[in-house]
Amino acid sequence: MNRFNQTIAQPAQSALAVNKVIKNTYMLLSATLLFSGVMAMVSMFFAMPPMAYLISVIGAMLLGMFVLPRTANSSAGLGVIFLITGMLGFGLGAILTLYLQLPHGPQTIATALGGTGVIFLGLSGYALTSKRDFSFMGGFVFAGMLVMMVAIVANIFLSLPFLSLAISAGVMLLMSAYILFQTSQMINGGETNYIYATYSLYMAIFNIFISLLQILGVFGGDD
Amino acid sequence: MDNIWLQIAMAVTIGMMIFFLFPRAMHWMKNGPKAGQGDWMAAVIPLVAVVAFVILLVMMV
Repeated sequence: MNRFNQTIAQPAQSALAVNKVIKNTYMLLSATLLFSGVMAMVSMFFAMPPMAYLISVIGAMLLGMFVLPRTANSSAGLGVIFLITGMLGFGLGAILTLYLQLPHGPQTIATALGGTGVIFLGLSGYALTSKRDFSFMGGFVFAGMLVMMVAIVANIFLSLPFLSLAISAGVMLLMSAYILFQTSQMINGGETNYIYATYSLYMAIFNIFISLLQILGVFGGDD
Repeated sequence: MDNIWLQIAMAVTIGMMIFFLFPRAMHWMKNGPKAGQGDWMAAVIPLVAVVAFVILLVMMV
């Protein structure tokens, strides 16, 4: 009887833990996106120069690499994730200020924002409801990220418009695949830390938005 | 990106990111679960939908 109870109880506990991770992740993701939006508005209010974007991204990347792994298992991780997303939002504000000065800037920003929302909700909904395990995409996603990063480093110095557009398209596709992978990881118990899960999904959304903004800017004749 | 020092700082930071990500990428490529029948198709369909959606957005702007 005891053994029977254990076999029933273990999957139930596991399902509860998975649901908790998913619920906490989406709640924290909503809060960080909201905070990021507020910080973007602050940055736009003060009309920060484009340099602010680079400084914010560098700071956020360093925090993500060196501070978040040490704090993700404690409540301090919450402060760090808000610091990272706040910095990225602040940097984003500087880019949005630039776009707002262009003829179709507000329309481009609104379309990129709406498009990012639709892509994220669509992919997350698909991963949550399809019952498929997309963990097999891990190798493809991480290898793709490495290739993209090498291309980004090269283009920092080459500044080729075509390469820049190709990187945006590649990053968009990779981040879309990453949303499927990460959501699947949460569902199947591969990711049990909601702070890490939030960070991953936030970075995917941020990169999709920036890439979409650039693609729409170029094809809309704003770049 | 006019400031050369910022460009260098960005390149160095991304370089560090590559260094951090490389073992993870190798781990997933070597030990990650392999795709079953129909798995890639199930992943490609939403990605093609994303591409089609972006094309639609580009045509709208």
